[in-house]
Amino acid sequence: MNVREAESGRLLAALTSLLSERGLISDDELAARMAITESASPKQGARIVARAWTDPGFRERLLADGTAAVEEAGVFMRGLPPLGVLENTSEVHNVVVCTLCSCYPRAVLGYPPFWFKSPGYRARTVRDPRGVLAEWGTAIPEDVRIRVVDSTADYRWMVLPMRPAGTEGWSAEALADLVRDSDMIGVTQPKASL
Amino acid sequence: MNLGPGTAVRIKDAWPEADGPVHVRTPHYVRGRSGTVVRHLGDFPDPGDIAFERKPAMRSLYHVAFRLPDLFPDATGDELLVEIYDHWIEAAGRAQA
Repeated sequence: MNVREAESGRLLAALTSLLSERGLISDDELAARMAITESASPKQGARIVARAWTDPGFRERLLADGTAAVEEAGVFMRGLPPLGVLENTSEVHNVVVCTLCSCYPRAVLGYPPFWFKSPGYRARTVRDPRGVLAEWGTAIPEDVRIRVVDSTADYRWMVLPMRPAGTEGWSAEALADLVRDSDMIGVTQPKASL
Repeated sequence: MNLGPGTAVRIKDAWPEADGPVHVRTPHYVRGRSGTVVRHLGDFPDPGDIAFERKPAMRSLYHVAFRLPDLFPDATGDELLVEIYDHWIEAAGRAQA
């Protein structure tokens, strides 16, 4: 088989059967790993954000070492790039882009949305972040600095948005329902009434 | 190279893609520009080597902050943070781009 030209389904079958034949991975392990990959979705990230809003100790650990904190919260990170968490405050608003390709924190956010990979988003966000955010209906006050984070190398970045006003006393589950992938990329901000 | 937070640095004005096939993780728009180290993120095998199946050199990775107007003349006064490997970083103080 010419690996450069082989059809991807055949190549995958050849690789997995070789790994299995040589005892390097069992079918059960493969199935378990595929289930983990498929379970990755923005709901994981939303759960992490809601926990950070309701548990100050967890928030601190999350900002200090994102990988260790999300593992503590049950997200499988082995073999994945380290996770960095960027906190939005009343002084700084973070927005993530990958200008070189489509680096994305898949363990906590799942597959990147189509627009995140578009040449337009990638080219314009670094040059005119306020213009891009305005198109999402996100107005960041003049006295709040926007920090564009171009994800170019070994880290993956997720934004910890500010907890919306009017959510005092809400449960972590109710808070998690407010948080969307776009909030954790930084193009939008969660609101108490969606 | 061990650069502490706040160190003024300049990204090399290098264009290795002009000399042949390479894998570069330094965006073109920061090359030759001056910024500030935010923090050391860790040491990682050089993806430029991995891409060509060479034994990878270990590189220190830094988060470096730039003022957006220093990168794009028409930009607002916001900032940009980008991961840069140490072999792309040189001491600041040379002629600014």
